[in-house]
Amino acid sequence: MEKTYYDPADLKKFGDVAEFGPELAKKFFDYYGDVFKEGALTAREKSLIALAVAHAIQCPYCIDAYTSDSLEKGVTDEQMMEAVHVTTAIRGGASLVHSVQMMNKSKKLSM
Amino acid sequence: MIKSLRANHHILANTQEQLRILSEGMFADGELPTFEDKLSLINEYPLKPNSLEIFQVNVGYMCNQVCKHCHVDAGPDRKEIMTRDTMKMCIDIIRKANIKTLDLTGGAPEMNPDFRWFVEEANKAGVDEIIVRSNLTIILANPSYHDLPQFFKENKVRVISSLPFYQPDKTDRQRGKGVFEKSIKALQMLNEVGYGKEGTGLLMDLVYNPAGAFLPADQLQLERDFKKELKNHFDIDFNSLFTITNLPISRFLEFLLRTDNYDDYMEKLVNAFNPAAVKGVMCRNTLSVDYQGYLYDCDFNQMLGLKVQKAAGQHLRDFDINKLENREIKISQHCYGCTAGAGSSCQGTVA
Ligand code: SF4
Ligand code: SF4
Repeated sequence: MEKTYYDPADLKKFGDVAEFGPELAKKFFDYYGDVFKEGALTAREKSLIALAVAHAIQCPYCIDAYTSDSLEKGVTDEQMMEAVHVTTAIRGGASLVHSVQMMNKSKKLSM
Repeated sequence: MIKSLRANHHILANTQEQLRILSEGMFADGELPTFEDKLSLINEYPLKPNSLEIFQVNVGYMCNQVCKHCHVDAGPDRKEIMTRDTMKMCIDIIRKANIKTLDLTGGAPEMNPDFRWFVEEANKAGVDEIIVRSNLTIILANPSYHDLPQFFKENKVRVISSLPFYQPDKTDRQRGKGVFEKSIKALQMLNEVGYGKEGTGLLMDLVYNPAGAFLPADQLQLERDFKKELKNHFDIDFNSLFTITNLPISRFLEFLLRTDNYDDYMEKLVNAFNPAAVKGVMCRNTLSVDYQGYLYDCDFNQMLGLKVQKAAGQHLRDFDINKLENREIKISQHCYGCTAGAGSSCQGTVA
């Protein structure tokens, strides 16, 4: 049995997922490729968004991939860290904003 | 690291050792195709030069800096330096072979005591363009260099300088503490005499190379960033920004191996191989000359001790344009650095 859940070498094998289902894989990778093309957002902005989302979903593969992609797009360390703080603010905020529900409920239940 | 690999008696100071590393591992066991394999696939092997346009002369490995990525392994402890006699041979050839561009590099080329003489003679010999690869800080290193901007201007030298980033941190990490601040001052001094200013004809270009084991960003986009940031913060103007890829030799190779980045970096370069970039690799129109007058396909091959093919004549003494233009260029896996993505040369991207 494998001893770890994550292996950095698996990132390179991402394309191999086509082995178990080529048609959907192709659709996914075509879509993926198009998403990251320069559009109304620059490729650099998209890379930073991807980096922020990678932290939200805590995907180590994506964190690796989009850290180097961001560096290659000329993003600074400072900008990458700010992007992660945006993730953190939204994640933390998302939990915190639910406390309103908790407070509502508590107030309703309490005399 | 404050000394050259050479001064540290590092095993990688030995070029044979570097070449061994470049040909072994993933390339020997077939996991990655060799550069030769890749060229063969696109019918470009053996790699042949076009007509010779640029003479890139390395006038010595002495430098006032010890940058972490330096492919020359230059530094204050390196004493190799070109003599005036060897420079004279270069001038003769420039005249005879009708060389368009003289590209002076080092080390810090300005530290060669005959540097100014060489520039003046090359102008007399009638080259179209003289490029000096200046590290900028040299201009401030010693009062005797303070007038370099004026000297460059008088001799219509095109100045090309490394500035890894428009912020201090990355620049200083790569090139040494305080380098950013001095570089900014030097750029301002060059601006003052007219370099980088519209209408002066005095060209000043910057070179960006990644501060680590990754590929350079898009050249145009970075140029826009550099122009905006340098103008806003330091009122600096310059002409073009060239992005170059770090080649896995010398101190950058040492960094890759020490930080366990070598395999991934080589794989990245191989995957980014761009056949279109092969057309523009600089060894096709450039010849590199070392301080002793030996000839190489490029500055990187010079640092690996790979002289031009024997039959082409390996020294200025044997200079024969026909033989040289018919030579086969010597390649190894470091060449992948020149063909990755948009390609990389001393003048930036090529594809
Ligand atoms: S300034 Fe240039 S030659 Fe000098 S150490 Fe740095 S990279 Fe090497
Ligand atoms: S490293 Fe030198 S020989 Fe190799 S492709 Fe680049 S310029 Fe040509």
